[in-house]
Amino acid sequence: MRLNKIILSFVSALVILFSTSVASFAKVVGDKIILGAAISLTGKYSSNGVHTQNGYNMAVDRINSMGGVKVGGKTYKFDIIYYDDESNPKRAAQLAERLISQDGVEFMLGPYSSGLTKAIAPVTEKYGVPMVEANGASRSLFTKGYKYLFAVLAPANLYLDVAIETAVELNGGKPVRIAQAFEQDAFSQDVRLGILDAAERTGSKIIIDDKLPKELNDMAATLVKVKQMKPDVLVVSGHTKGALTAIRQIAEMKVDVPMLAMTHCDAAKLSKQHGKNSQYALCASQWHKSLTYKDDFFKDGMTYAADFEKEFGYDPPYQSAESSAALLVFKDAFERANSFDQKKVRDALAATNMQTFYGNIKFAPGGQNVDKPMVLFQVMCDASGKCENKVVAPLKWASAKLIHPIPKWSDR
Amino acid sequence: MDFLVFQYPMITVQACLDGILLGVLFALIAYGMALQWGVMNIINIAQGDLVILGGYIAYFMYLYGIHPAWGVIVAPVIMYFVGIAIYKLVINKVVDRDLFISILATFGISILFMQLMNFAFGADVVLANSGYGTTMLFDSNVVLPNSKIFSAFISILFAVCLVIYMKKSKLGRAIRATAQNARAAKILGVDTEKVYAATFGINAALCGVAGALISITFTIHPYMGLPYTIRSFMIVIVAGLGNLPGVAMSGMGLGVFEEFADYILGTEFRIGSVFLLLVLILVYRRFKLSRKREYLK
Repeated sequence: MRLNKIILSFVSALVILFSTSVASFAKVVGDKIILGAAISLTGKYSSNGVHTQNGYNMAVDRINSMGGVKVGGKTYKFDIIYYDDESNPKRAAQLAERLISQDGVEFMLGPYSSGLTKAIAPVTEKYGVPMVEANGASRSLFTKGYKYLFAVLAPANLYLDVAIETAVELNGGKPVRIAQAFEQDAFSQDVRLGILDAAERTGSKIIIDDKLPKELNDMAATLVKVKQMKPDVLVVSGHTKGALTAIRQIAEMKVDVPMLAMTHCDAAKLSKQHGKNSQYALCASQWHKSLTYKDDFFKDGMTYAADFEKEFGYDPPYQSAESSAALLVFKDAFERANSFDQKKVRDALAATNMQTFYGNIKFAPGGQNVDKPMVLFQVMCDASGKCENKVVAPLKWASAKLIHPIPKWSDR
Repeated sequence: MDFLVFQYPMITVQACLDGILLGVLFALIAYGMALQWGVMNIINIAQGDLVILGGYIAYFMYLYGIHPAWGVIVAPVIMYFVGIAIYKLVINKVVDRDLFISILATFGISILFMQLMNFAFGADVVLANSGYGTTMLFDSNVVLPNSKIFSAFISILFAVCLVIYMKKSKLGRAIRATAQNARAAKILGVDTEKVYAATFGINAALCGVAGALISITFTIHPYMGLPYTIRSFMIVIVAGLGNLPGVAMSGMGLGVFEEFADYILGTEFRIGSVFLLLVLILVYRRFKLSRKREYLK
């Protein structure tokens, strides 16, 4: 009797052990497709990491509640295993390794930032795990010949390209004089390369070319040069820090420049911190809720923004929108591949050609999305001091007319 | 490009003024470091992180609708107690040990503070708007944000108050006595334990003031502390311990040096140039010392 009990508990223990280990060794368990993601929930990227995670979760809930993914006549639901990469590339690579070899994940979602994506890509590539990423825009990600990496966003070198073209156009087609200041990280330097290309194409001259160190919170020197040399365009890219510092010091030092173009203004909530001082700044963005792209799950940008706000309590930055789009891409690819074979899914991803609320998605051989242009918006404030981002370029979506040149500080 | 300073002479004036205003602020942080280095023989690697924490205090006041300038009064009070707490928890265990151990301990505190601040306040870059205007000089060719002038003024005010306090008050005299000879001070009835705690508290309070000023003039971020530690370390090395005019002068000198490095070498070398200068000064000092040694032989 007692022996029976012991045997029974031993066997049941074995069964539990076996079943859990089986569960953690499959990418598709029952009716669940398990995706893996290392996300920066702590560390210096934690705020954007959370935006990314919210975007993923929003799309998972939406797709699951609207019928899930249909593969081979059966319906599956998405599930994501998250790990915190602590904003550390080394940790991210380890976690990717762990997700794939220990947790048995066969499909990955990207982390936040170009740097971390760069750390993970060699791992997913080694194991032949398809990864759809939404937050790594650095050009160098797409020139390494990765076969399993797909990015729903436009590459970094296109971020401010439009700004230079617009400046030249407004200058009557004549070349312009450009001042630029870029942080020394993979992303910002790629944005810089894009400007160099645009300058060469338009015959424009770069008269100030500053590189900002990572720890910098003072741009006074660059701005003094700008004040003295009077360029036509000032371009700044240094993540949120760069955008905030630039706006503060431009206002304090009363630097007059006809056009100010920046990255990371959306997440920086410039106008929230600086109010009217941020007015007229041009910001490059992957997405804006007023764009008119459509899909079946989120309908359009406005609906997405409203739903997102209801769930998470804030207006979605583009980092969330593009993260949601990554799951739409996966769903579409699974259904077209009609299989969970990694090679087949990879080929289906490569052949993606779809529209989502976030934009059109079509991958170049390098993995970057070539079908979605960047948008530029300008911070515009009304008399009461309430500021809004208004899309000014490309003209197709413009909801406001670009104000150019920026009024002088003495006239404001 | 490299000779902008000569092409546009106004840049020189601007760089000097910017550098001096910035340098005064550095000097305030460095003074705190010199004080505690002199008294306790501790090099505080967490100096910059205390500065940033002070900045967050001003920022939160700003967030709740209080003018951040009040931060220069509130931050030092809170930071004084933070300083005392750090002393009681960690520093009093390493204060008599060799320098290396105290460096390791404060390095640990630095990492802990960085992560805690990141955890508590988030990774966003923040700033507090003072709403002070701008002063234009020389036909508006030279611009000085009033916030910078304000921060330099407050730094000087605090430094002067501290010097007077050190000279006149009982605690100040006890601190100076302990710095000169801790054992003798102890024998003569100075409670050195209390003096150490107060010194660490005063240092943290100075960092709090500087942090509040930095959040008004620049931006703050949990990971931005280290450059302030390095700068104050350098200023102290150049000026020597217990030499307040020296700290003020070398602070301003460093500020001006940084601004010129920025114009001449490029912004990317701004912080790098500070490190380079540090190495050069250390080598020079060694060289000077070794010459002295030969002399003795």
